[in-house]
Amino acid sequence: MKPLLRIVDLHKSFGTLEVLTGISIEVAKGEKLSIIGPSGSGKTTLLRCINYLEKPTSGHIYIDDELIGEKKADGKYVRLSDRELAKERAEIGFVFQRFNLFPHLTALDNVGVAPRRVLGLEKRDAEEHAMAMLEKVGLAHKAEEFPERLSGGQQQRVAIARVLAMQPKLMLFDEATSALDPELIGEVLKVIRELADEGRTMLMVTHEIHFAEEISDRVIFMDGGNIVEEGPPTEMFSNPAHERTRLFLRQILDR
Amino acid sequence: MPDFWIKLWEWSPKILSTLLNATAMTVMVTLGALVVALVLGLVVVLMRISPLKVLRYPALAYTDVMRGTPALVQLFIIYFGLSDLGLEFDPISAAIVGLGMNGAAYVGEVYRAGIEAIHKGQVEAALALGMSPARAMRYIILPQALRLMLPPLCNYAILLVKDTAIISTIAAPEIMFEARRMVQATFMYAISGQIYLFCAVFYLALTLPLSQVAKRLEKARERWR
Repeated sequence: MKPLLRIVDLHKSFGTLEVLTGISIEVAKGEKLSIIGPSGSGKTTLLRCINYLEKPTSGHIYIDDELIGEKKADGKYVRLSDRELAKERAEIGFVFQRFNLFPHLTALDNVGVAPRRVLGLEKRDAEEHAMAMLEKVGLAHKAEEFPERLSGGQQQRVAIARVLAMQPKLMLFDEATSALDPELIGEVLKVIRELADEGRTMLMVTHEIHFAEEISDRVIFMDGGNIVEEGPPTEMFSNPAHERTRLFLRQILDR
Repeated sequence: MPDFWIKLWEWSPKILSTLLNATAMTVMVTLGALVVALVLGLVVVLMRISPLKVLRYPALAYTDVMRGTPALVQLFIIYFGLSDLGLEFDPISAAIVGLGMNGAAYVGEVYRAGIEAIHKGQVEAALALGMSPARAMRYIILPQALRLMLPPLCNYAILLVKDTAIISTIAAPEIMFEARRMVQATFMYAISGQIYLFCAVFYLALTLPLSQVAKRLEKARERWR
């Protein structure tokens, strides 16, 4: 079966600092992949390269065999214009660690703004659609609230609804619960779990080892801009092959 | 000093009506200069945040020059200096252009601060949802930035009202110019202090409402930050 997402030899440097040193990953449709690793290992940069929030230094991203962020002309790779890029980004959902809700819009408009302004839905249709998405994350009753009036957990659920509203082929979660107070993590994980059960394709950078073990089909351990090892979660967590993985898991589980 | 009171009483209607007319002129020059500053300021800020050096550097130089020299000097250059080159302005046009060009540097900085104050995550979220940079600017950044910009823009308008006093030096018939003209009429000299007090009241009548607006905007801004 063809992979939905294919990352080929991805490199990323910031100045002289090499953050990603040649990453290749394939993700099948419907697969849930978790990426773990110490901070500074390049996990977040990898995720941000997939939708070109960071431009890769070299390497290529494909979704459904279509190049992302560039096109091929006369055998050469050419970067896409901002507008062309925008179209491709609309198919990739990105959930941020710090939610990044739009503070000047209500929860409903936060969810509806992209369907309206990007997909071109009429105002009423966009609102109806946004309401359905808010219902999905259990926040229909907060539709008229502004983000500042919502708890962190609620904000992140609105952010997830905002991504769902664009019906993305692929969802990227960048440490979606790291900025939350412990008692608010559960409600967000519950929503993510439901999305996983719907058979969505998801890539998660996470520190929630138990959650990753529960819902992922596969786990990747990254360190120093490299994939150190990958495998099914049970195997990886109970019997990691590499010393570095073992060390990291011990540190994170001993907390 | 009965003579003094009689004079003040006699001349008050004349003083008030003259100053009221002059106030209309002050308002007109303020509005004109405000429009010039808001539009030209937009050009300046778009050049300043441009990735192209040929646009960025002139905007930077413009801002430095305009903020680093007295508005009075700029006004004289436009009114007296340019007429030597054959470019003649009447006092009112010179005042609007001069104060407007001076204000553009200030307003441009207000715009820039507003745009830069919006968290990077806002643009990223908009882009990640598939908005083009232009759409992200229009629907996400500007609505937020505008609310940040309004209080300082309002403060700028207050400064501008007061700054119009300097155009009395090129004989634009605004509040200060008319006041001085009345004082120079010998029979009113004795009540010059009162005339200038009236002046202050007229300026206050313009600036106090603006201060109130600025305060409200400030509060509204605090509410959702």
